[in-house]
Amino acid sequence: MNQRIDTHVEQAGAPQGQSSGQFQRAEASKRGRSRLRPRTLLAIYLVFIMLPIYWLLNMSFQTNSEILGSFSLWPQNFTTANYMGIFTDSSWYMGYVNSIGYVLMNMLISISVALPAAYAFSRFRFIGDKHLFFWLLTNLMAPPAVFLLPYFQLYYSVGLFDTHIAVALAHCLFNIPLAIWILEGFMSSVPKEVDETAYIDGYSFPRFFVKIFIPMIRSGIGVTLFFLFMFSWVELLLARTLTATNAQPIGMIMTRTSTASGIDWGTLAAAGVLTILPGIVVVYFVRNHIAKGFALGRT
Amino acid sequence: MVNKVYNNRAWLLVLPMLALVAFSAIIPLMTVVNYSVQDVFDANTRFFTGIEWFERTLNDAGLQAALLRQFAFSFTVLAIQVPLGIGIALLMPKRGWQASAVLILITLPLLIPWNVVGSIWQIFTRGDIGLMGVGLRELGYGYNITRNPVDAWATIVLMDVWHWTPLIALLCYSGLRSIPEAYYQAARIDRASKWAVFRYIQLPKLTNVLVIGVLLRFMHSFMIYAEPFVLTGGGPGSSTTFLSQSLATMAIGQQDLGPSAAFSLIYFLIILLVCWVFYTAIMNMQKDKAERGGV
Amino acid sequence: MAEIILKSLAHSYSENPSSPQDYAIREMSHTWHQGGAYALLGPSGCGKSTLLNIISGLLNPSEGDVIFDQRIVNDLPPEERNIAQVFQFPVVYDTMTVFDNLAFPLRNIGTPESKVKPRVREIADILDLTAQLTRKAKNLTADEKQKVSMGRGLVRDDVSAILFDEPLTVIDPQLKWKLRRKLKEIHEQFNITMIYVTHDQLEASTFADKIAVMYAGQVVQFGTPTELFEAPAHTFVGYFIGSPGMNFIPVSATSEALMYGDLSIPVGQRLVDAARRCGTDNLKLGIRPEFIEVAVAPGDGDLEVSVKDVQDLGTYRIMSCYLGEELFKVRLNEDQPLPHGLAYLRFPERWLGLYADEYRVEIEHG
Repeated sequence: MNQRIDTHVEQAGAPQGQSSGQFQRAEASKRGRSRLRPRTLLAIYLVFIMLPIYWLLNMSFQTNSEILGSFSLWPQNFTTANYMGIFTDSSWYMGYVNSIGYVLMNMLISISVALPAAYAFSRFRFIGDKHLFFWLLTNLMAPPAVFLLPYFQLYYSVGLFDTHIAVALAHCLFNIPLAIWILEGFMSSVPKEVDETAYIDGYSFPRFFVKIFIPMIRSGIGVTLFFLFMFSWVELLLARTLTATNAQPIGMIMTRTSTASGIDWGTLAAAGVLTILPGIVVVYFVRNHIAKGFALGRT
Repeated sequence: MVNKVYNNRAWLLVLPMLALVAFSAIIPLMTVVNYSVQDVFDANTRFFTGIEWFERTLNDAGLQAALLRQFAFSFTVLAIQVPLGIGIALLMPKRGWQASAVLILITLPLLIPWNVVGSIWQIFTRGDIGLMGVGLRELGYGYNITRNPVDAWATIVLMDVWHWTPLIALLCYSGLRSIPEAYYQAARIDRASKWAVFRYIQLPKLTNVLVIGVLLRFMHSFMIYAEPFVLTGGGPGSSTTFLSQSLATMAIGQQDLGPSAAFSLIYFLIILLVCWVFYTAIMNMQKDKAERGGV
Repeated sequence: MAEIILKSLAHSYSENPSSPQDYAIREMSHTWHQGGAYALLGPSGCGKSTLLNIISGLLNPSEGDVIFDQRIVNDLPPEERNIAQVFQFPVVYDTMTVFDNLAFPLRNIGTPESKVKPRVREIADILDLTAQLTRKAKNLTADEKQKVSMGRGLVRDDVSAILFDEPLTVIDPQLKWKLRRKLKEIHEQFNITMIYVTHDQLEASTFADKIAVMYAGQVVQFGTPTELFEAPAHTFVGYFIGSPGMNFIPVSATSEALMYGDLSIPVGQRLVDAARRCGTDNLKLGIRPEFIEVAVAPGDGDLEVSVKDVQDLGTYRIMSCYLGEELFKVRLNEDQPLPHGLAYLRFPERWLGLYADEYRVEIEHG
C-alpha cells in the first residue's frame, strides 16, 4: 500500500514516467550576446578612466632620465626614489599635512553648522526661508575667481592670511550651501512623525537630534561628508591665494617641480599619485552609501 | 513631502550657518561691488566711476570671445557627459564585489585635485613622454596641443569628460538603484522592449537626479580654471582661455581692480541667470506634464 | 490558452544546494489545466511566489521542466511565454496616462491603434476605470493603481494564463471583496487559466475552484475547498485550513488498538490494521474541532478530558480541553450544554484521519 500519498501527482495527473522526448523544447528567439556586450563597453570605459592614472603611476616609478630618454609602457628600472624624495623633504610632505588639515577643518565646520540649518529648512517655515535658501544656492554658483582679491584683502586685514583656518573658512562659501542642500533632501524624506513620537516620549530637542535623528540620516551624512571632502580637497584657486608658506596646499607645492632647467616629471608624478590616495580611502569608506545616497535623497 | 510648521524660532538653527556664509560671501561681494564702481589708484586715492567699468567690460572683444568660448565649452561637455553618464550608469553591475569595484574606480577622477587632473593629462598627452601623445603620433596623426587649437580644444573636452562624466554616472546609478525590481519584472511580462523600459521606467526616475547633475555640471564647467591652466595655459593663443582664467589674469596679473570687479559681477550674474532659466524651465515642463495628460 | 505542466521541478537560490533546506521549491510535479481558476495557498516563505515566478519565466528553475501545451518553455524569457502576472504591489508607469498604461502591452507587440482603442475601453469598462482613462497613473490611489496593473494583464487576449501574486494586499477590505468578485467574473467571461497566490484561506476558497496548498517548498495537497477541509492530505493542511485548525494526537499501534501513551483510543479495527501496515513510529490521529462529539456525562468508550476554557464566538463556542498533555479544541453549537470541569469526547470514525510521517493514510470506510 502506498502510504505516502503523493497528492499532487495522483490528483493532478502529472505526467509521471513520460519521457521529455514527447515535449518539444521551445527556443528563445534571441540569446547570448546581450550579456557580453554591456561588459565589453563598461570595460572600455574603465580602461579610459584608468589609462591616464596608470600613466601617472608608471612615470612615478621612473627616473627622469628614463622618462625623457626612452618611451616604455612600464618602468624598466623600477625606482621609488621619487617617493623617497617627497617623504624625506619636510617642505613636500607638509604640503599634504596642510591640505588634509584645512580639508578636515572645513568638513567639521561645514557639517556642524549645516545640520541644524538643514533641519530648520526641512521642518519649518519662517520669515524669509525661501529667499535665504535661494541665496545659499547662489553661493554654489559663485566662481571662486570672483572672490580671489576680496578674500586676500579680507583675510589679510583680519590677520588670518596663511593659516589653515583661512582656507577652511573660505571653502565654507560653497561647502556649507552644498551640505545644507544635500542634507535637506535626506531630512525631508524622514517622516515628521518620527520627531513627534520622540517629543511625546520626552526627548528634548538636542537629545532627539543627536540620538535619533542623526542616526536615521547616517547615509545622508556620509554622502555629505564625501562631497565636502571632494570639493575642499580638489579646490586650489582659493587655497593658493590665501596661503604663502605656512599653510601652503600640496597642489601649490607641486608647481615647484617646474623650474628653469625643465620639469621634474618623476617627482611631479609621484606627488600626483599621493594626492589620489586620500580620495581612494574616502571612497572606500562610503562605497556602500554611494549607490543609495548619491541621488541626494531626491529620487 | 513633509508639512512644515510655521515657526520663526527656526532662525536660531540657521544663524550659525548664516554668520559663516555671510562672512565668506557678503563681505567679499560688497568689496567687489565697491571696486566695480571706483577707480582705485592706491589705498587713499579713488574716484567714483559709475557704470564705466561695466560698459568697458561688456565691450571688450577679448572678454566677449572668452564668454563665447565658455558657452561653447560648457554646452559641448554637457552634450557629451549627460548621455555618456546615463549610458555608463545603465552598464554598471548592480551588486556584488564587481559593483563596489566599478564604483570605486569610476569615482576616482572626482577626487583628484583639479590642478593634478591638469598635470595627469599634461603627462598623458605630451608628444614626447605621454602615452596618448606618442600613441597618436605613432598612428600618423600630427597631434600637438601647443600649436593646434583644435587638438587643444579636443584634449580639454576629453579631459573634462574623463574628469566629470563619473558625477553624472553616479547620480544616475543612484537613481536607477531606487527603481524596485518589480518594475523591471512587470515590463518583461508586458513584453516591453529595452528602449521602452528605458523610456518609461528608467528615464522618468532619472529626471530629478539629471536636473541636479546638469546644474552642477553647468556651474562647474562655467568656472573651470585649474585644469586648462595647467594643461594648455589657455593657449595656443587664447583658444582655450575661459572666463575664470581671463578674470584671474586681469585681477592678479594686471591688478585692474575696477574692471575685474565689474567683470566678476557680470560673470556671476550670467551663471545665476542661466541656472535660474534652466531650473524654471524644467519645473514648468514637469508641472505641464502632470497637468496635461490625455489620450 | 494552455495547459501548464510542472515536471520534476525544483529550485534553489543557493548555487550548490546540499540539504533539502536549501531548496525554495522541493522536487514536485503539478498540472494546471486550461481554463481553471486556481489558488496557491500557503504561509509566507513556503515558495509560492518562487513557483509563480518560475511559471512566468522571471526565474529559471534549478531542476525540472516547465511545459506549456507540450512545449518545454524553460529557455523562453517571460516576454515570449504569453503570460500575464500581477504583482503584490501595484506597478504602473508613472509618466503615462491610465489609457497608455493599459495600451502598453498591446503596443509593445505592434497591435494596430484601431484595435488597441476598443480593447482598452472594454477592459477599462470591466474594471470601472473609464473615468480615469485620461489621468496620469502617478496620481491614482493605491487600489486604482492595482486595477491598472490587473488591466494590463487582462488587456492581452493571447495570454496562456494570468498569475496573481497576492494582488489585493494593498487594497481596502471592502474593495477587496469587490475586486475578487470582478476577477471571478472575468474568469468566467474569458475562460483564461488563472493562478492566484495568497496566504488567506478565505480569499483562496472564494476565488478558486481548486486550491493547491504549499508547505516547505512543495504542493502538499491539490483539491477543492471541501476536500481540503474534510480530508487534509497532510497535517500541515489540517493546521492551516479551518479555524481553529485540526487536532492531532501522536499514537502508537498495538495489535488491536491505537494507544495515546497508556490510553487506548477507541477506533475501528480497519484503522488499527492500516496503522500497523505503515511501518513508521510517526503516527498521528487527526480530527477537526467541528466533528468531535461532546457529552457532559461519561458514556461507553468516551475519552475523559479536563476543560481549560470556553470561548464564545457568537453563533458557536470553542472549548479548549486537555487529553493528557494534548490540548484539544472542540466546537460547540449554541444550543449544546456547556460541560464544567470534565467533558467526554467521542471521535466519529468517519471524520478521523490517520497520518503517517505527516501524510494522510487513505482508508476505505465501509
